[in-house]
Amino acid sequence: MKKPEILCIGGSAGSYHLILDLLATIPTQFQIPLVVIIHRNERYDSKIEENLDKRIALRVKVAEDKEAIQAGTIYFAPAGYHLLIEPDFTFSLDISAPLNFCRPAIDVTFETAAEAYQDLCCGILLSGANQDGAKGLMRIHEFGGNCLVQDPVEAEISTMPQAALTLWPAHPIYTYNELKKIIIQMTYSN
Amino acid sequence: MVKLVPLITYEDLSEIILLVKNVYDMDLSGYSKASLKRRVIRFMELEKLDLLGLKTALINTKGFYSHFIMELTVNVTEMFRDPQYYQLLNTEVMPYLASFPRLRLWSAGCSTGEEVYSLSIILQEHGLYQRSFIYGTDINARVLDTAKKGIYSLAKVKEYSDNYLKSGCKNSLSDYYTAMYEAACMPNELKEKILFSTHNLVSDGVFNEFQFISCRNVLIYFEIDLQKKVFELFDKSLALFGFLCLGSKESMIHSGLLHKYKVIDKKYNIYQKIAL
Repeated sequence: MKKPEILCIGGSAGSYHLILDLLATIPTQFQIPLVVIIHRNERYDSKIEENLDKRIALRVKVAEDKEAIQAGTIYFAPAGYHLLIEPDFTFSLDISAPLNFCRPAIDVTFETAAEAYQDLCCGILLSGANQDGAKGLMRIHEFGGNCLVQDPVEAEISTMPQAALTLWPAHPIYTYNELKKIIIQMTYSN
Repeated sequence: MVKLVPLITYEDLSEIILLVKNVYDMDLSGYSKASLKRRVIRFMELEKLDLLGLKTALINTKGFYSHFIMELTVNVTEMFRDPQYYQLLNTEVMPYLASFPRLRLWSAGCSTGEEVYSLSIILQEHGLYQRSFIYGTDINARVLDTAKKGIYSLAKVKEYSDNYLKSGCKNSLSDYYTAMYEAACMPNELKEKILFSTHNLVSDGVFNEFQFISCRNVLIYFEIDLQKKVFELFDKSLALFGFLCLGSKESMIHSGLLHKYKVIDKKYNIYQKIAL
């Protein structure tokens, strides 16, 4: 597997604790920018980024409009906005209608990341209760990037990974522990 | 392989931008590309057009271009969106605005007008309405027609009531509208000090001097250079000690003008111009 220049992780119901666990175990030397898209309610202020930033060595922050994407940083899509990746490797935000009832929609970030980073984009789709992310993952695949799907059998809620596999049955599937290992190995691969 | 959408590339997008510039003198070149491209693709899907079909229609089908531009703009808005922002208007901004003898307010990119009516309500509650005038502008004439009517779905307005209550206002939102069938109508009293008009932030200039300008969730669609240009337009339009309010994810960081502005609230991006 080619070392990606961006890693995008999408998750919803049943994957929050996995993402927290994953981010806590990623080595400090991890230099690939990591973008996390989770579905959450914009009406409640969550301090997830601040809390993680204090707890782990890598920088954790909410992605800001027109911010240049930097190595060694973990970005969260802000609640209530779609997060897009521009062809000049900056973020932009968009408040257009929700997609798959979601804003941020995983599809939007995955699709724009795929086009900007082409075959150097890696997308991971975890447990979730709707279809968001399946089309975006397909787009990453079309541009030659790597797509990894959490095993629907293991996922707390299988709808989201299953939707990706329905669209493209050949996506490789992994258990959460395997995914974690793959991500940690990315740190040291060339 | 499953093909999902008629994908256009960024090169295709540049061609469309150039065509629209050459034929209609509409400059989309400063728009954020990923977001613009998404909306062009959505439009093509809606109209069942490929790239050649889109270009052909843009050049040759009467009325198609304006339809295209209307569909490209994002028209998502709410009354009292971000209640904490309105709370800050109540506590930090309105008391200051009360010191001006006359008030002119500008809501730039006001879409279907919900924010303009929210301002109208807040001004009333602070006893400032009679000496105020609010301009609501947008690039899209179609959404302004809705804004002028001031009729919204009752189901939505009920959601806005929740925002209203959280914003620390005095009354109940239902005190301000008349419910008819499934609609909520804004009364004439709320409309008499409002003027809705088209204005393109990219190409149109200063048209008045204001004590308050709000432009929320518009600048995110612009690249940094265009953002700067729009900030300069706002700066020229804003009176000394006037306020500039942006969306909760928009800041003046890239404006180059922060040496003249005091940050009133960092989270909700409320600024006051304190030097000329």
